[in-house]
Amino acid sequence: MTATTPAALPVTTTPPIAVTVNAAAGNAKNRLTSRWASMAAVVLAVLWTIPTFGLAVSSLRPAADTRRSGWWTTFTDPEFTLKNYRDVFSDNGLGAFFVNSFVITIPSVVIPLCLASLAAYAFAWVEFKGRNLLFVVVFALQIVPIQVTLLPLLKLFVSANLAGTFWTIWLSHSVFALPLAIFLIHNFMREIPKELIEAARMDGAGHVQIFFRVLLPLLTPALAAFGIFQFLWVWNDLLVALTFAGGGDAVAPLTVFIANLAGTRGTALHLLSAGAFISIIVPVVVFLALQRYFVRGLLAGGLKG
Amino acid sequence: MATVTFDGATRLYDGSQRPAVDALDLEIGDGEFLVLVGPSGCGKSTSLRMLAGLEPVNGGHIRIGDRDVTHVDPSDRDIAMVFQTYALYPHMTVADNMGFALKIAGKSKEDIRQRVEEAAKILDLTDYLDRKPKALSGGQRQRVAMGRAIVRSPQVFCMDEPLSNLDAKLRVATRTQIASLQRRLAVTTVYVTHDQVEAMTMGDRVAVLNAGVLQQVDKPRAMYDRPANAFVAGFIGSPAMNLLTLPVEGDAPLHLGTFELSLPREGRTALTGGEVTVGVRPEDLTLSADGAGIPVTVELVEELGSDAYLHGSVTGGSASELLVARVDPKSPPEKGSQVHLAPRPEKVHWFDTATGLRLVD
Repeated sequence: MTATTPAALPVTTTPPIAVTVNAAAGNAKNRLTSRWASMAAVVLAVLWTIPTFGLAVSSLRPAADTRRSGWWTTFTDPEFTLKNYRDVFSDNGLGAFFVNSFVITIPSVVIPLCLASLAAYAFAWVEFKGRNLLFVVVFALQIVPIQVTLLPLLKLFVSANLAGTFWTIWLSHSVFALPLAIFLIHNFMREIPKELIEAARMDGAGHVQIFFRVLLPLLTPALAAFGIFQFLWVWNDLLVALTFAGGGDAVAPLTVFIANLAGTRGTALHLLSAGAFISIIVPVVVFLALQRYFVRGLLAGGLKG
Repeated sequence: MATVTFDGATRLYDGSQRPAVDALDLEIGDGEFLVLVGPSGCGKSTSLRMLAGLEPVNGGHIRIGDRDVTHVDPSDRDIAMVFQTYALYPHMTVADNMGFALKIAGKSKEDIRQRVEEAAKILDLTDYLDRKPKALSGGQRQRVAMGRAIVRSPQVFCMDEPLSNLDAKLRVATRTQIASLQRRLAVTTVYVTHDQVEAMTMGDRVAVLNAGVLQQVDKPRAMYDRPANAFVAGFIGSPAMNLLTLPVEGDAPLHLGTFELSLPREGRTALTGGEVTVGVRPEDLTLSADGAGIPVTVELVEELGSDAYLHGSVTGGSASELLVARVDPKSPPEKGSQVHLAPRPEKVHWFDTATGLRLVD
């Protein structure tokens, strides 16, 4: 995975007022920006990145070299080629799996995010009978292991004529994600001061307007955080994809393709490294794109002085 | 514009035996500035939130004008509220914060802009319209919260301790600003505070609550001069009125040390128990040179510049008989010295200790 270190985090520019509001955050920031901490962070970052770097180098070496020696020997005997990439794309059809991965992942992130934030709003701010009990039940669903649900779900999908379509994977990922997503977003929503919602009610806003105009903009860090985790989870998932997409290549994602590379061609290390590196790139890009939403002090200034 | 009527309004929290607000009857006139005041937990904020619709009403009715709003949603009551914490939307600019209600109401962009700018001019916020709340000072945030209320030109303003997060100096300045703004707009206003100075200076009338029960509603001056019971007497005024409990035996005079007081006849007949509470404000006690008055041992003198307050105990009295008196700041008595304090006879208040009620008019 990517190496994120405190030193590499973008420094958010919060005005002095916000800093005084959260002294603890300022304290932590001080500690993290000391010289020794920075050094430790850099060392960790390098250590963490070496395997990824090795994979990248391997994927660029000729097949014969990869079989003969380790990637670090490249430094003394540099020889690079893009042939591995051409091979996985043209001969093995990686492109189709790559597209499948996107087709699977994006709805599997969007569906639970939408449903969970709506459910979390209801749990957090709408009074209804049995709310607490229902919330505990939803929360408790997290302890159900995915493996237990595989067979019943498969039967359901077959009887609903969904077998072999993307729907099976979208629905299962959404279902598995919802309990945790609702719990996390609910907790974040409860942190938003009650007065803000009351002020919006006094201003004439109904539930829909409160949700979209007041809460959603303040929820972006939580949504981004959960979005990233869910994206990584679905992108790297093999179990669900293999179970529900079955052998059919039509809906199988990149992970199935890579598993096949490793399983059926144990010697094709050069192809495996190229395929694996391609599958790493996307989560890295997603992470870098969304991390700017992790902004501290989003609520600063709304309350008191 | 509208009147506001609380008609036996009651709020009982789940699992609580005693109502937070107990059968509140209150009439607030059109354009009036009414201050609800009381110690913490007295139900003043709950009463305000019942009017705003943020708190359900368990009994009785609340009317705005002729309309019964007891079970109407807050968004349909045409009330604007200023919260203690301001509750500004942190992700919106000042202009968007102020125009939010109008936007929800579907007003046109030009209309919203014009009304926001008018309100900003009144509140001296014109230069800050494009800022986010976090880039404002406490006082500016408070004004934005006010602006959000006045932009809507609602029927009623509800203000829940809007000044309590400001520093002392700004609080005094903002106090007068809010009061004069309210006079100008002439919008019926209910203002909650625990600060009796705010209550005295801002309101057309003041309502004192204690333990969910309305104690007295009156003009600030009238309430100060003629508190209806011992609680109001002790709550309104700073420093508080001296309240001393004395036993009553037949027609014999009452003693404070060597000083003799007599309870007027009408008070004696109205008295239900064997004890009476006598109240004298610190400014109604004068140092007497000739030894006539309550003998007091000076324990502390607080010098405030314009005033000095003498804290002392009644010589020969019980430990609970403590008195505060306003004295001349130019020549305050020494700590530890013996003085005599004479109460102005026409300024002595009498209360029934058992019921707390005022005995003599």
